[in-house]
Amino acid sequence: MNILSLFVVVPVLMILFLFLSKSMKQIRTVMITGASALLILATLLTVLFFQERAGGNTAEMLFVSSTVWYAPLNICYTVGVDGISVAMLCLSAIIVFTGVFSSWNMNMAKEYFLWYCLLSVGVFGFFISIDLFTMFLFYEVALIPMYLLIGLWGTGRKEYSAMKLTLMLMGGSAFLMVGIIGIYYLSGHTTMNLVEIAKLHIPIEAQRWLFPVTFLGFGVLGALFPFHTWSPDGHASAPTAVSMLHAGVLMKLGGYGCFRVAMYLMPEAAQELGWIFLILTGISVVYGAFSAVVQTDLKYINAYSSVSHCGLVLFAILMMNQTAMTGAIMQMLSHGLMTALFFSLIGLIYGRTHTRDIREMGGLMKIMPFASVCYVIAGLASLGLPGLSGFVAEMTIFVGSFQHTDTFHRVLTIAACCSIVITAVYILRTVGKILYGPVQDQHHIGLSDASWFEKVSVVCLIVAIAFMGLYPSGASNIIWDSLSPIISKFALL
Amino acid sequence: MEYSLFIVVIPFLLFLFLGLLGTKLKSIVAGIIGTIGMGICAVLAYTVAYQYFFGIGKTNGEWVKQIPLNFEWLRFTENLHIDLGVLLDPISVMMLVVITTVSLMVHIYSLGYMKGETGFQRYYAFLSLFSFSMLGLVVATNIFQMYIFWELVGVSSYSLIGFYYTKPSAVAASKKAFIVTRFADLGFLIGILILSFYTKTFDFGLLTADHASLVTTSFAGGTFMGLSIATWALALIFMGGAGKSAMFPLHIWLPDAMEGPTPVSALIHAATMVVAGVYLVARLFPVYIFAAPDVLEMIAFVGAFTALFAAVIAITQTDIKRVLAFSTISQIAYMMVALGVSGYGDHEGLGYMASMFHLFTHAFFKALLFLGAGSVIHAVHSNEMSAMGGLHKYMKITSITFFIACLAIAGIPPFSGFFSKDEILAAAFHHQPVIFWTLWVVAGLTAFYMFRLYFSIFWNTPKSPKGDLVHSASLQGVGGEHHKPHESPAPMTIPLIILAVFSIFTGLIPFADFISSDNIPFHTHIDWTVAIMSIAVAVIGITIAFMLYFKDSKQPARIAQAMGGFYQAALHKFYMDEIWMWVTQTVIFRYICEPIKWFDRHIIDGSMNGLAWITQKSSAGIKGLQSGKVQFYAWVFIFGSIVIAALVLFL
Repeated sequence: MNILSLFVVVPVLMILFLFLSKSMKQIRTVMITGASALLILATLLTVLFFQERAGGNTAEMLFVSSTVWYAPLNICYTVGVDGISVAMLCLSAIIVFTGVFSSWNMNMAKEYFLWYCLLSVGVFGFFISIDLFTMFLFYEVALIPMYLLIGLWGTGRKEYSAMKLTLMLMGGSAFLMVGIIGIYYLSGHTTMNLVEIAKLHIPIEAQRWLFPVTFLGFGVLGALFPFHTWSPDGHASAPTAVSMLHAGVLMKLGGYGCFRVAMYLMPEAAQELGWIFLILTGISVVYGAFSAVVQTDLKYINAYSSVSHCGLVLFAILMMNQTAMTGAIMQMLSHGLMTALFFSLIGLIYGRTHTRDIREMGGLMKIMPFASVCYVIAGLASLGLPGLSGFVAEMTIFVGSFQHTDTFHRVLTIAACCSIVITAVYILRTVGKILYGPVQDQHHIGLSDASWFEKVSVVCLIVAIAFMGLYPSGASNIIWDSLSPIISKFALL
Repeated sequence: MEYSLFIVVIPFLLFLFLGLLGTKLKSIVAGIIGTIGMGICAVLAYTVAYQYFFGIGKTNGEWVKQIPLNFEWLRFTENLHIDLGVLLDPISVMMLVVITTVSLMVHIYSLGYMKGETGFQRYYAFLSLFSFSMLGLVVATNIFQMYIFWELVGVSSYSLIGFYYTKPSAVAASKKAFIVTRFADLGFLIGILILSFYTKTFDFGLLTADHASLVTTSFAGGTFMGLSIATWALALIFMGGAGKSAMFPLHIWLPDAMEGPTPVSALIHAATMVVAGVYLVARLFPVYIFAAPDVLEMIAFVGAFTALFAAVIAITQTDIKRVLAFSTISQIAYMMVALGVSGYGDHEGLGYMASMFHLFTHAFFKALLFLGAGSVIHAVHSNEMSAMGGLHKYMKITSITFFIACLAIAGIPPFSGFFSKDEILAAAFHHQPVIFWTLWVVAGLTAFYMFRLYFSIFWNTPKSPKGDLVHSASLQGVGGEHHKPHESPAPMTIPLIILAVFSIFTGLIPFADFISSDNIPFHTHIDWTVAIMSIAVAVIGITIAFMLYFKDSKQPARIAQAMGGFYQAALHKFYMDEIWMWVTQTVIFRYICEPIKWFDRHIIDGSMNGLAWITQKSSAGIKGLQSGKVQFYAWVFIFGSIVIAALVLFL
């Protein structure tokens, strides 16, 4: 079997085994084994990928295999990866793995993990597919479990948030569906394979409406202003691991889709209409950061911070040069890791203090030093401290975007740069409020620090963040090479 | 020279070691490991300096840049890549010596000063992190490497200011320091972006080579708001430097940063990190002078104003660390002015040399002042001048070393400060009379406030914390809790003595032989007109301080009274904090963030909810049609058929 299909098969097997398991212990064993298998698989894939490339295989997609499953519409189950997909698969594997540890003590664990695995099926499937329809299918598979996970295991206004999140994202999918059908027919209805379509030509008149439709469709998931409001409510209500997976991986589906479908297949329209979205994403970046400054709920702060950081992803993609796009993908990785770390720590703190309101907390550094130090590290990563992942991603974006020959783009880049100051404001405000200072609530004294499973989750993420921050060329190179096909398309314009 | 890498790497390893395993160690062991590590760095730095200055550094009578090590860390484009490497040239080697020396002294001193503090290991871990970042900053081979370490020193400074993290004032101060400098760094970053966009390089060597010809040619013609783009880029880069070096109006973080432990103030907020801005301008000096001389002119004026402004405030402050903080701002501004008034090449570049010279001497005597102040605070458990007085007889070593440092900063020959300050004044004298006279006044003010400090602490009348004359009673054992002040332990006094030696003798180094704007040694001589004027004003300052503060007197209060509003304004630091507070709290929070929050909740989210509401209502409206009543369906069917038939027939 193709190694890529294993990424889908493993979670499916996990689902089967979960059905069979009876005790909590068995459930945990299944989950840990499965998640570790995925992590190993991702590592293996990275190694194999590098070997293939080193061996001189310059094909755009590697490990391609294809099975027809609906011939009349040329729908195939086609899988294949380039460096970008490999990077995203690694990210997903890490987050799925750490998410398991962060949901150690769940009620109705069996049902919870069933949905959790289904969500993973969707996520992994999305990143390995290069067939438009299959991709869309997995995309939907990833969205639906979210509704139940938030609606059943969430907190606060969970039904409202779950409904809002699902409806808004489904609205995006509707656009996407139209876009995909449009792309299929207007490219000559011969194939659903992305790489093949890219070689065909979609008429510019068609691109003019297909591009906005697909970009918006995926953009909703990437928290594009003004379609981002599902994110704060959704995250605030979701259980810890779901927030991690959602902000860490699912939002990346949006950025990845924008890049893989909208930009790759319709470069002329992207060139022509990109500026509209560039303004929207520029607003996302600054607006998200300013919104985060006055929030008082930890998860809201982080959700708005995600709006700002994910805005930067789309912003850089629209700059359409190799450096900025490399930065965009790096930002996806970096944001995925650090936001997962944030949510895992917020879950940890919330589980003990039973509040997420920063005004009701203080001096946690004395009470739970381990968790607090990790929170500071997450914060520093988020505000772009060199040596952690945020810095390299943001700097690649800024330097790349600033190389644009157009003054308009450079001015927007400067505006986006301003977010680094605002980020520092809300991060330090939060850290100063909840971790430092005197203990705010006497009931918090004596709360326990992180347990071993939480430590596993947090430490894994920190190691990944530091690794990427200290050795950025690893990520940068693998992404850079894979961008050449799309960049050469822009170069022809 | 590859071993120079270890000067940077050792502190990083120490940081990892102490940060991860520190809590497992006994605190004193962690302290000693940190100190020994720093000692090795210092030895290496001195070896490098010796080898560079007396061995390989000079070729054909010119100091050349040596790059023993450089590798690509992150590639952006063909030409733009962040390299990490070690650059050795006169100023970076000089900085290595300054940083490792002061850092080592602070490491030793802290063994005594921080004894018994909780978080002792954490403290040493952060000191190592800071040393690593600062050393990495000065040996940077390219501007982006400098930016990286620039951010890292910012974070280590943040962590150390907020060392006492349970104290709200310390937390606020650390936050303020970070955000203000971050704001300045935004300018730095944008400056780098603009500069690299035109020149297609980050490399210092390429940028400064050949009278910065790369910069002058690549920026052909563009202007924005009447100034050339090159001017904008370099002004923005200077903004980064102004933030770190606490130039007006970005100086507000430095006085508050005194919330950190005193040795930290000595290391970071007096001797090393705060001169990073000066170092940055010096590093890019050829670029400034050839591509944007108007920015240099601006630097000179900003510097001169800051020097005066800070000196005036320093006179009125009563917290001894704040006096020193404002004095630091004033002295760094001196260095900035020197760069601003400097020309290029030979004696024209006197200002450049003077700036680096003053940076060098200032690092030692200011560190000494801070450590001395720390020793006093250690003894009386207060920062307030009113709680001190007459300490000379209890703390002889502290008193004498402090006195030496005061003479050095006041510019009395033959102490180090005299020589470096004299060069700066001479450079200003030949450049711009207004700046010269400003600096001359500042020199007098400096002498005055330093001796005001010295006499109030060590002479004058002993006081209790409340300021009454009961100290003598307590000395006889009547005062109960208020025990007798005593000299600090050896780990604290030894660094004081060593630094005092440095403060006396470093002025005698023939600096122009080593450091010059064009890297070709030149000869300087003391300009006696300037020297006599500066000595005269210093002596006047000291004499006035002696008359007012040597003995307890009502005179100072009376003068303050007479000055009225001006005194109050200076005491409140000319309300700069309040102005910034208004900008951040009112403008940013209330007029930007809050409206955005409202807009987000009510307009954006409201329209989404509204959409859902409309959908719900309209479905509720039409759901009656699917009633399940067959008669109703029949009626609709018949009526519909008639309508269609009619349409078909008549159209």
